[in-house]
Amino acid sequence: MEWEVVIGLEIHVQLSTTTKIFSGASTAFGAEPNTQACAVDLALPGTLPVFNENALRMAVMFGLAVNAEIGKRSVFERKNYFYPDLPKGYQTTQLAEPIVGAGYVDIETDDGVKRRVRLHHAHLEEDAGKSLHEDFHGMSGIDLNRAGTPLVEIVSEPDMRSSKEAAAYARKIHAIVTTLGICDGNMAEGSMRCDCNVSIRPKGQETLGTRTELKNINSFRFIERAIDTEVARQIDLIEDGGKVVQETRLYDPDKNETRSMRSKEDANDYRYFPCPDLLPVVIDDSYIDAIRATLPELPDARRARFIEEFGLSEYDAGVLSSYRAQADYYEQAVKACGDAKLAANWVMGELAKYLNQSDTDIKDSPISAEQLGGLLVRIKDNTISGNIAKKVFELMWSKGGSADDIIETEGLKQVTDTGAIEKIVDEVIANADKQVEQYKAAEPEKRGKMLGFFMGQVMKATGGKANPGAVTGILKQKLDALCN
Amino acid sequence: MFDKTLAELAEGLRKGEFSSVELTQAYLERIKNEDNRYNSFITVTEEQALEQARAADAAIAAGTAGAFTGLPIAHKDLFCTQGVRTSCGSKMLDNFASPYDATVVAKFKQAGAVMLGKTNMDEFAMGSSNESSFYGAARNPWNTDCVPGGSSGGSGAAVAARLTPAATGSDTGGSIRQPAALCGITGLKPTYGRVSRYGMIAYASSLDQGGPMAHTAEDCAIMLNVMAGFDPMDSTCLNREVPDYTATLNESLAGLKIGLPKEYFSEALDPQIAERVKAAVAEFEKLGATVKEVSLPRTELSIPAYYIIAPAEASSNLSRFDGVRYGYRCENPQDLEDMYKRTRGEGFGAEVKRRIMVGTYALCAGYYDAYYNKAQQIRRLIQQDFIRVLEEVDVIMGPTTPHPAFRIGEKNNDPVSMYMEDIFTLSLNLAGLPGMSVPCGQVNGLPVGLQIIGNYFAEAKLLNVAHQFQQATDWHKQAPAGI
Repeated sequence: MEWEVVIGLEIHVQLSTTTKIFSGASTAFGAEPNTQACAVDLALPGTLPVFNENALRMAVMFGLAVNAEIGKRSVFERKNYFYPDLPKGYQTTQLAEPIVGAGYVDIETDDGVKRRVRLHHAHLEEDAGKSLHEDFHGMSGIDLNRAGTPLVEIVSEPDMRSSKEAAAYARKIHAIVTTLGICDGNMAEGSMRCDCNVSIRPKGQETLGTRTELKNINSFRFIERAIDTEVARQIDLIEDGGKVVQETRLYDPDKNETRSMRSKEDANDYRYFPCPDLLPVVIDDSYIDAIRATLPELPDARRARFIEEFGLSEYDAGVLSSYRAQADYYEQAVKACGDAKLAANWVMGELAKYLNQSDTDIKDSPISAEQLGGLLVRIKDNTISGNIAKKVFELMWSKGGSADDIIETEGLKQVTDTGAIEKIVDEVIANADKQVEQYKAAEPEKRGKMLGFFMGQVMKATGGKANPGAVTGILKQKLDALCN
Repeated sequence: MFDKTLAELAEGLRKGEFSSVELTQAYLERIKNEDNRYNSFITVTEEQALEQARAADAAIAAGTAGAFTGLPIAHKDLFCTQGVRTSCGSKMLDNFASPYDATVVAKFKQAGAVMLGKTNMDEFAMGSSNESSFYGAARNPWNTDCVPGGSSGGSGAAVAARLTPAATGSDTGGSIRQPAALCGITGLKPTYGRVSRYGMIAYASSLDQGGPMAHTAEDCAIMLNVMAGFDPMDSTCLNREVPDYTATLNESLAGLKIGLPKEYFSEALDPQIAERVKAAVAEFEKLGATVKEVSLPRTELSIPAYYIIAPAEASSNLSRFDGVRYGYRCENPQDLEDMYKRTRGEGFGAEVKRRIMVGTYALCAGYYDAYYNKAQQIRRLIQQDFIRVLEEVDVIMGPTTPHPAFRIGEKNNDPVSMYMEDIFTLSLNLAGLPGMSVPCGQVNGLPVGLQIIGNYFAEAKLLNVAHQFQQATDWHKQAPAGI
């Protein structure tokens, strides 16, 4: 049987407001437990929520970026359930009237599959605290620093048909929220978390299969692996005559397996009702238009412009535009060096390699876009070769300074003086009788390949500083003269 | 001294007839000697009161005193008071000292008031008799076998017994007006959003409203001047100018249009109460008012609507009392579920549990539309009825309660009969309108309250109407026997 995979995602995005969605406490990550939880976050008796307008503004930005209708009237509701890290005994969220209505994003996988993924809606809500089950001698610790952090929950339609599409969709949402500057995008710290709804059906069948929900996946790679694992499990189950049970499952990345958390029967009745402590949020067109006017260039538009304006390939343009800081960096480097393709190669190549190895965000790169641009200028004007440039880059990364200063103090300037190069070439030829004989004996059309040895010798003698083009020309000329 | 109103005490302080410390000591002494009969205080804050009184005397001496400086009051025990137990009448919060002041409490502090203590109340403000308090029933000073009403029964009893000249209360379905009526004092429930709810422990958020309880309308005006106003900490508090409520007390009532809802004078009403209320209305006619019959046809529906909406909100509001962060936690919990179940099972009393269960049921998937949504529809209809009538008349008058104070224990096994006591008061909370209760007579030696209902933010008008009535009558000056 051929199976079709159907996937829908619910992505929780932590908004980068400085204070919480309903209180004035800080949202900074990593503070001592319970030092960023005020009376409201602790749900002390008598406390009341006050809505943070910045969270509203960010949610509207997101809605506009995904071509969605904006809710002119949105309503906070209470989702009631008991859990120790949920201080009020309910989560304040939106249900019937969310701030962002239906919208869509266009995605493309690495292997070129393009698809439009519809968004069902996106709503604002508060995050819960954290329960800590280790180090408390059989008891649990509660950290309420995260309680009340604003979230936008983005709910897609079940439009994705492979784990790759799901990951591409998550990457696209990541690119959008980071480009908008409404989320720091730090998945390791939980700034973006993903629930995947997965089902399978025989190819060609209309009705959806029974789905399972994979909870709280916090990397793109795990999204792919978790879905693949779950799809394999469901196929095995059905082909063995079993049935998929609607349930919530947890993905264990260490064992690469999913396991049941709770079934539909155990699900809470959340008893949603409009929160009487908060008024409906009512906004008008002028409010929305004012926000629209502040939107930065979005990843799709930027990608198109990179292709159009800089002549980049679709792939390069896609990679460079997926993260705003990287795209900004790239554009500054282009400005500094005047060569879009060269800049693209270096930003995606050498720079990306160094950033990855040191786990550094491009925003914190020790080499600025202007510094890199300065280096690329020297490649372009033949002051240094590409190989020497890598050496300069390494020194720039570890010690700082401009490319020109490094080239100067390290004496890395390329030798372009033909007289000097000729002298070296003559020495190399004089000391390589055997290779010269081979060269002479070879058929003329194969001689080109044999230049490599002489080239290497010249470079060795010059410390790599000789201009490769000039060396090639002179070598060819002198060797061919010997042949005649 | 104990028969003096806030206005008179303020004048005495100003003239140096007595100091705030002397005044405070006298009331503290009286509470110590008398309150064993009424059980109207849960906590007496003697030390803090004297400290505030000394500060007030210093301010008076320095000439920096305001209208409220040095005046003693008591707070219903659902207003959070920093460093002082705030129990909400419940075992659940018996060990809870709030780390912050409610906005209302902070405003009184700023105004220089002296807090004598925290008054008894029905547990989590759920009740009409004060019998559901973890600290035992407060008693009616007019007859200590009778209830003082609820849920602000402690405030009502304390003012009536002259243990404090005034107290704060809160009103979700009549919890200021009904005890005011049963204790023979004056109480005002302001328009929803007039007084901040921040720090006032929530029972039903869309209905709760704090307000003053005192001997006279003038005293309520003096208190409301302190209490009312916008609070950025309460999203439902309205940003609207606060008038000086004492400035218009003496305006003439000539031409005042009074509406009497025919539904308020049905057979359910004690005929003797009907007679007292009608006599009071006749008094207003003498003052130049005109009277007409009006209709509020959905009055009866306010009980079922209220007893869906209030418990629904309460079931959610009270979820935070889970034993995790503060308040009562059961002994030796075996696991999380055991902790939740026993903490809440042991920490809440019967009436609170009843309302949590009713509210939880009403919000369940599958019942939500039939109950909660339907109740909200009724709520809007009730509101429309009031808006329509208040286009024709300036104020609506009627009885505050269908009966005078009942005996302690009388309605314990009949919650619905208890709920019926609130029939005339509930609908105002559903509509968000302001209402007052002023003493207008007695039945069998027990006080009767006249309810005056006004339009949104018409507190000044209500206080003016009540004050003029109190200039012409002396029901508000009557004291229980032996006081």
